[in-house]
Amino acid sequence: MRESRGGSERLRLAWITVGPGAFWLLLFVLIPTLLMFVASLLSRGDFGTLSLPLGLRNYLRFFSDPVYLEIIGLSVWIGFWSTLLTIVLGYPLAFYIAGSKRKQVLLLMVIIPFFTNFLIRVYAWIVILQKEGLVNAFITAFGLPPADLFPSTFAVYLASVYTYLPFFVLPLYAAVERIDWSLLEAAYDLGAPPVRAFWEAIFPQTVPGLFAGFLLTFIPAVGTFVISDLLGGGKVVLIGNLIQQQFTSAQNWAFGSAVSMILMALVLLGLWLYARTQGERGMDQLV
Amino acid sequence: MPAPKARGAWTNWSEPGGNRNSTPSYAYLERIMKRLLSVYAWLVFAFLYLPIVVIVALSFNKSRYGVSWTGFTLEWYSRLFANERVLEYLGNTLVVATVSTTVSTIIGTLLAVGLVRYRFRLQNGLRYLLYTTVVVPDIVMGISLLLLFAEVRSLIGWPRLSLLTIILGHISFQIAYVTLVVRARLMLLDPALEEAALDLGANNWRTFREVTLPLISPGVVSGALLAFSLSLDDFVVTFFTSGSGSTTLPLYIYSAVKLGVSPEIHALSTLMVGATILVLVLGVLFWRNRG
Amino acid sequence: MEGTLFRGRRERRLGENVAVRLEGLTKRFGEATAVAGVSLEIRDGEFFSLLGPSGCGKTTLLRMIAGFEEPDSGRILIGGKDMVGVPPYRRPVNTVFQNYALFPHMTVAGNIAFGLRMKRMPKPEIEQRIAWALELINLPGYENRRTDQLSGGQRQRVALARALVNEPEVLLLDEPLSALDLKLRQELRVELMNLQERLGITFIFVTHDQEEALVMSDRIAVMNRGQVEQIGATEEVYEWPRTPFVARFIGDSNLIPATATEPRRVHTSLGEFVLDEEDALTLGQKVLLSIRPEKIRLFRDRPNLPNAFRAKVDDIIYTGSENQYRLLAGDTCLMCDTLNQDIQEPGHEEFAYDEEVWVVLPPEKLVVIENSEAKNA
Ligand SMILES: Nc1ncnc2c1ncn2[C@@H]1O[C@H](COP(=O)(O)OP(=O)(O)OP(=O)(O)O)[C@@H](O)[C@H]1O
Ligand SMILES: [Mg+2]
Repeated sequence: MRESRGGSERLRLAWITVGPGAFWLLLFVLIPTLLMFVASLLSRGDFGTLSLPLGLRNYLRFFSDPVYLEIIGLSVWIGFWSTLLTIVLGYPLAFYIAGSKRKQVLLLMVIIPFFTNFLIRVYAWIVILQKEGLVNAFITAFGLPPADLFPSTFAVYLASVYTYLPFFVLPLYAAVERIDWSLLEAAYDLGAPPVRAFWEAIFPQTVPGLFAGFLLTFIPAVGTFVISDLLGGGKVVLIGNLIQQQFTSAQNWAFGSAVSMILMALVLLGLWLYARTQGERGMDQLV
Repeated sequence: MPAPKARGAWTNWSEPGGNRNSTPSYAYLERIMKRLLSVYAWLVFAFLYLPIVVIVALSFNKSRYGVSWTGFTLEWYSRLFANERVLEYLGNTLVVATVSTTVSTIIGTLLAVGLVRYRFRLQNGLRYLLYTTVVVPDIVMGISLLLLFAEVRSLIGWPRLSLLTIILGHISFQIAYVTLVVRARLMLLDPALEEAALDLGANNWRTFREVTLPLISPGVVSGALLAFSLSLDDFVVTFFTSGSGSTTLPLYIYSAVKLGVSPEIHALSTLMVGATILVLVLGVLFWRNRG
Repeated sequence: MEGTLFRGRRERRLGENVAVRLEGLTKRFGEATAVAGVSLEIRDGEFFSLLGPSGCGKTTLLRMIAGFEEPDSGRILIGGKDMVGVPPYRRPVNTVFQNYALFPHMTVAGNIAFGLRMKRMPKPEIEQRIAWALELINLPGYENRRTDQLSGGQRQRVALARALVNEPEVLLLDEPLSALDLKLRQELRVELMNLQERLGITFIFVTHDQEEALVMSDRIAVMNRGQVEQIGATEEVYEWPRTPFVARFIGDSNLIPATATEPRRVHTSLGEFVLDEEDALTLGQKVLLSIRPEKIRLFRDRPNLPNAFRAKVDDIIYTGSENQYRLLAGDTCLMCDTLNQDIQEPGHEEFAYDEEVWVVLPPEKLVVIENSEAKNA
């Protein structure tokens, strides 16, 4: 009885604070996801609505048709390589910023593109890559024939790297800031040459940030439909485009839901692997 | 052997070190590496800013097509402002961002307090739900909300896809961000401060008002700013939860871009980039003044 | 707990009323029991210390009195009223936190005024009380300082003032001095004692520093593993430890296992010893004899005293005011402190390494402790 008196006060406070948020997430995140799962088991009815019977039809369709498997393969492929490119560009940048005397300014210079509207950043690449664009103006000025850069897979890669670079640099920078540089000296002291010393003493310290940055780049890159839609010009169909088509032109919500479930499963798998290697603190680093 | 001395940062590498008697000196190599790194970094910065600069420049270019400079003009801006629909879309965008940010900041802050201060069942489940919300691709969130709204509407005839549904959608992803940002701040807060307030006779509400909230306010403000900019920026969730008459600026830009490049869009983009920079710089100055 | 109470170093008048009464208080954290059935009474106006090693449950006990933790079982009575279920903001106690817990977003005055504002005291009165409190802690004129502009000692004082302006029935202090350096600590000890005497507020003072507890308190409760091992006036706890733990934890003690051969005679590895009148043992009872190093007497020539035996000086530590001898008798090791008085009379001589000496354990200084450890073994 006494427990319930002291405990009920805490319980009441817990309800007041957690209640609204938990309720909202239940209503607008959890239930819609369950709905999506149910929809993925239904079929396309008349006029594009959902209808019975229940079944795994949509999943079977996805996994038995090589076209769809190719789409998912291409999504992962493009996501992976653009993430790798992002790392190549972003990894040294994080070190440069962390070592600079004006790191606040440089950091702001990464944050500005980060906060610039996503569509504008994608749009800018059209302006640069299109037939009458900047690159071709440059090429033709030398008397060369104009290149067919847009729409293309190359453009999708470029815009992906561009879009997600700040997402990668910011968490990595946080890790670089915390590096214990004395380990480098220790490695020198033990006779390691510079490259080896960096690899053994410094690189491991950046691995958590690298993982977080990788995930923050890879997941949206796999799930995107805007970049491929605008810069691939219908030539590049990723899993995101497939989903979007099912909910717009194709009007097959059931199949679209199934593809979404598959995408989500893919992401949660990645997240699960990440949580296993990085633990709870790693999850916080993602934000 | 002398103990290895702690090094502050990369920049210190090139400084001549008197403590290097026993360690091989790579000062020369480090200097070259540093130079290379700096060149590389500035190339990456150029890559980051090239598209933005191009757009800004072209928005003042007389020529409608192509990228060759034919003279300075403000024509595209005046055409943009003459377009009443654009102003309407801007209004929609701001309404959505303001309302959703307000609601999500309140709910998210409370949720963060509850998560940090109390133990309850399903707590871990809730935390993982937050992480998932942040990480899952926005298209999944967009279509799941579309399904929800469509199903509810077919049951009770409400809600129509409109600004309301967009706002509901935005709040749903903003909550997770606000919660996680505020939570990070709260975890730095010494729980003894809240206990001191209780001890001095402040009830739970006054403790929250007079001690907790003022001390986590930087986190709350950061969370709100993040939520606001996420709302302004969002295209995908908005795309799936909007109906006719509820177009926002990102939706407008998307449809305009689908039709092709146009200098009005350059002008609009330039204004939005300018606003972004202005807000960020003001924000930085604000934080610096507050220490 | 009768006549020997309040034999403290100060003559003090204490109220007859019980300020705080704990009955079988227990608190578990998961598997671990932090506080295990603590019962005690603290009188009005008493300076009461909770003393014990790290992790013994002092803070947990204090937090239950303050209301930050709910006990799993047992009762807490403050001023006769049952406090279980009463939230901290309705308890007539205030706390001085270990790391001060001053509100960083308020000035010194803001901190001190906080509790008064919560009571909706009128503004002018609050101003008066702030001035009074700052006078009390010797920091007049510090109203508008920010708390991060204060030294550690000043912060501690402000924390004290912030609690005291509310005129609590009981003030709880959780190792309030442990974050300060030695000199400041000693200064603040005296200040705290004077303050407590002047205001007549009951203090419950948590510390793991035995010297602090001995110097400041009227009574001490020695805690170990969530339980109270002994409660008593400072001298009593020091002179008459009742458990091996108390004997070891407070000051240094020589502990000698012994078996009773007569009601007032024991057999030990050092020989047969007689005990004081008060002790009466049953035959064959296993006990521990405890004697403080400074109570052992050393002689060069055989003295005509009971409980004398021979030992060898194994080591000498010179600390200035004292000579500390390590004595070896058989394989038993004893510590003995003698004042460094530069006189060579019997009982005050100085000895050299490896010298054979006569050791005397005066019967009235031998404390008989129940050998709880032997039972367990
Ligand atoms: N919130 C908690 N959750 C779990 N265990 C706890 C908690 N608080 C205390 N404990 C455990 O209870 C025991 C007593 O802790 P307590 O803080 O009361 O010790 P203490 O005597 O104050 O020690 P110290 O001198 O180090 O402050 C310890 O073993 C501690 O680990
Ligand atoms: Mg403690």
